[in-house]
Amino acid sequence: MINQSFSRREFVRLVTGGTAAVLISFNTACKNKISRWRYLQEEEIGLLDAIVEQIIPTDDFPGGKWANVSNYIDKQLDTYYINHQVEYRDGLAAFEKTVIQLKSKKFEELPFPEQTAILEKMEGGDFPGEYWKAHSPAGFFDMIRQHSMQGFYGSPVHGGNREYISYHMLGLDYPNVIGQNRYNDLSWRKYNPNSVENGK
Amino acid sequence: MANKHVNAIVIGAGAGGGVVAKELATAGLSVLLIERGRWHTFDEHGDDELTSQRTFPLKCGYGPDNEHNWRMASDGKGGWIKVFPNDWAYGNNAACVGSGTVSYGAMAWRFQPADFHLKTKYGAVPGSTLDDWPLTYDELEPFYEKAEYELGVSGDPTNDPFVPPRKNPYPMPAFSFNSEGIILEKAAKRLGLHPFPIPMLRNSVPYNGRPACIRMRTCVGFACPVNAKAGTQNTVIPVALKTGNCELRINCMVSEIIVDDKGKARGINYFDADNKLQEQTSDLVVVSASASETARLLLNSKSSLFPKGAGNNNGWVGRNIQDHAYTGAYGLFADKVYDDVGPGACIAVNDFNHRMPDIIGGGVLCNEFIRMPYQFSSIRPSGSRMWGKDHKDFQKLNFKRHIAVHGPVQEMPVFDKMVEVDPVVKDFWGIPVVRISGFRHDNDIKVGRLLADKAEEWLKEAGAVQTWKSVPGKGSTPSQHQSGTCRMGNDPKTSVTNRYGQLHEIDNIFVADGSLHVNNGGYNPALTILALGYWVGGHIAEMWKGTHMK
Repeated sequence: MINQSFSRREFVRLVTGGTAAVLISFNTACKNKISRWRYLQEEEIGLLDAIVEQIIPTDDFPGGKWANVSNYIDKQLDTYYINHQVEYRDGLAAFEKTVIQLKSKKFEELPFPEQTAILEKMEGGDFPGEYWKAHSPAGFFDMIRQHSMQGFYGSPVHGGNREYISYHMLGLDYPNVIGQNRYNDLSWRKYNPNSVENGK
Repeated sequence: MANKHVNAIVIGAGAGGGVVAKELATAGLSVLLIERGRWHTFDEHGDDELTSQRTFPLKCGYGPDNEHNWRMASDGKGGWIKVFPNDWAYGNNAACVGSGTVSYGAMAWRFQPADFHLKTKYGAVPGSTLDDWPLTYDELEPFYEKAEYELGVSGDPTNDPFVPPRKNPYPMPAFSFNSEGIILEKAAKRLGLHPFPIPMLRNSVPYNGRPACIRMRTCVGFACPVNAKAGTQNTVIPVALKTGNCELRINCMVSEIIVDDKGKARGINYFDADNKLQEQTSDLVVVSASASETARLLLNSKSSLFPKGAGNNNGWVGRNIQDHAYTGAYGLFADKVYDDVGPGACIAVNDFNHRMPDIIGGGVLCNEFIRMPYQFSSIRPSGSRMWGKDHKDFQKLNFKRHIAVHGPVQEMPVFDKMVEVDPVVKDFWGIPVVRISGFRHDNDIKVGRLLADKAEEWLKEAGAVQTWKSVPGKGSTPSQHQSGTCRMGNDPKTSVTNRYGQLHEIDNIFVADGSLHVNNGGYNPALTILALGYWVGGHIAEMWKGTHMK
């Protein structure tokens, strides 16, 4: 590229285009020694894993943590959700501080039901706000909740839904092999307006 | 180097523009079809729900993109906020060759004859600019048929006593019902309703060189991997290009129609694929850019005789924007009702379209397209837990045991529900952006609630063990069904174009998209937009023969 003075818009375009995304990950990695992640830090991922596991808990099927929902979120923060970066950084920090103030422990170290109770309060707006800047605790929780649903139920191409686990859970063929997933001939039956099935 | 002069520029390669380009090119006019998007294929997008045109948390896969396009939306407190195409408040419609006809669900509805004379049927509606169309159903009927045959529609009206009159059968047999359809059909008959298969712009058998549908789960919101779904991009646009008279120029954003001091259009200015400003001259201009973008372009085309924008001396351009007040109900069933036979939507009843006593308008009721896993994660009765064990249990238990019945309630046009151009904010190219404001008419809410009751009743009769309704609110941003901003009419004081889509004020500018709709029917509007494309395009070709628009 000849023109070296990128506008911010072009910068974002490039980032979403993917080329510069690699560059940024590399820079982040250099600054913070070794990181597996693109934007989030190792400790942030630890906290986020605990939250997404609450949002989609493990039962007879894996939950949000196993399904790589945190990886989905981290990947989007480096691309489509670049404008949510600060919200995550500040929000996770404020959340951690608030929990320590309330429980004298990190969120990840609390028993599962206690974590649930904390998030329920946060969702309901009944949560200390002193460490929070631009965003409300309830709004922050709802954002993570929505992003978790995307990461668990959306396509694995975006970094979550490991091994199409949610499709497996719902009993959907995966991947959707075009034209190959038809096991009975129901779909090929012709519509007959006079058939018994059609009421006459 | 100057661009070579053409007879006609058609702006927007969607439903309306694709058809007009074909009609003009086959009539021998030299045509430039100019499109801000590009070609898309299924292979590029796959079955990725997060970038589809149905749910688009990451981006609108088929355009417009967030890097060049934004709008202003009302914040509900008298101010404006900047919104991007994948925000619901933007009101996106696909921006690519074929536009919405690439990624739509492809329902192929004709409006009811009554939709063309609503004011005569119901009288004036306070708070609404409801009016009759300047053309009748009977006049448009041959053009509906032309759309059905040239693009390809599968259907069978035998069991629909309320079907709009047709001279000829559909070109292809109807699709069979999936298991939802079979369950709903029996229940509808028990209720005394008249269920029938939804007509679809989708091949039930091989047609026009394209294969039959393979019944994918990912249909609405996605391109078709085998081209069984008919859009302008795989039917009329290739025909137009094959004539040798039509050039398709993609990735080009039109900024302005050039109108001279005598009040004639002389061509357009546009930004090409390299974002360089270009001029293109022509004898006539057809705008088919969708109700919001068509209005925006006219409003941005200011000239000495039209200081408020092309054809807007009466202030009606951008007014009366409509969509559909979607309404309906969900039902949970004891047994599995899902059979993975796409696209899902297959059965409809016309019993509630103009046929409820003392009710103005109405709409068709249909079973919904397949709800994909992420979309389903937000479908819950009100008060449900939206995360945690309960949420996951619901997802597991009910994904294959729920049916949705929905319908597009016909909206009453409201003068102050409108598209304007923002006085300050400009897009990537420096073109003033769209801003949309206004509220639905109370009648839409009333009819919406009533229709939701009917949908719920239908689901209960079908055996649903739990049901809940989803009803429209006053606020809405018209998106994929947007219409009405350049209303056609006989009275130049209360409309923008005449009955042929020709601006009252500038005789060589035409509109050919949903903008023309005087009202938007109680149906998905694609087939009506296609039919109007044939109507307007045919008329331009006739006019051209006589005068060459000089």
